[in-house]
Amino acid sequence: MIFDVVVEVRLRAGIADPQGATIERALPALGFDGVAGVSVGKSIRFSLQAADETAAHAAVTDLCHRFLTNPVIEDSEISLHPAEVAAN
Amino acid sequence: MPTNVAVIRFPGTNCEFDVVEVVQQLGAQAQIVFHDEPSLGSADAVVIAGGFAHGDYLRPGAIARFSPVMEAVASFAKSGGPVVGICNGFQVLTEAHLLPGALQKNAGLKFRCGFTDLRVESSNSVLTSAVTPGDVLSIPINHFEGNYTCSAETLAELQGEDRILFRYVSNPNGSVDDIAGICNDGRNVVGLMPHPERACHELLGSSDGVALMQSLLNAAGLN
Repeated sequence: MIFDVVVEVRLRAGIADPQGATIERALPALGFDGVAGVSVGKSIRFSLQAADETAAHAAVTDLCHRFLTNPVIEDSEISLHPAEVAAN
Repeated sequence: MPTNVAVIRFPGTNCEFDVVEVVQQLGAQAQIVFHDEPSLGSADAVVIAGGFAHGDYLRPGAIARFSPVMEAVASFAKSGGPVVGICNGFQVLTEAHLLPGALQKNAGLKFRCGFTDLRVESSNSVLTSAVTPGDVLSIPINHFEGNYTCSAETLAELQGEDRILFRYVSNPNGSVDDIAGICNDGRNVVGLMPHPERACHELLGSSDGVALMQSLLNAAGLN
């Protein structure tokens, strides 16, 4: 089966987020008030071939831990679903 | 056999020739070793030079750590060989788990480039044997992601085991505990964000890096 995968990478709680802080500081100058808690992460999308959803999830978890994130400073959230097969 | 330093080059490394120049100036030999080499040859020491390995894509050092040469570097380090990662090389060593912690984007999102004062905190490592705790060295920095971060447990370990080798006198990047450089528990693997190889001649504005590079060559068996 082929799965569409989205991995959202974000900084772990307690790790300073200078990008989020800088964006948040700039907002009032643009007239946006009341925005708080800005954080910046990455989203990584790909497709994956795997036997089933459990196997796909295990493979992506391993990939996140070993490569896509640095567990010292980052967490990840995985969402995946079977790819839609294009109609012929 | 002359003392030989392997200087690692990834696609995007840009400080390798500065390191070669200093090593030769101090009377040892240097050879550049490309990232796809599975062996370090007859190296007595390894320097992972600064730059932007693999464009720093994903995270600095994240792709470089999977290079064939890094397996050779890891086994050289494991056997006690002296390994120093400078700037991007420090980032590579943390990604490769040869040093703890991680380098985050600088606080304030400023790219920092200029001379900085470093206080030597320990002379017990392959890069600091020829300097004395309390010495203040003028060494340039040149980085966007030099904000050293680690867990509270790791920080306590680094502090308790005298593994913080350098602190910034005036913290330029938000690093925890003003950390500029650390070593592993064997004290043979060192990472630092500042560039000692760029401070090895008065014409460059400082020669304070010479004592550090000399320490490395002493650890590699020169003299």
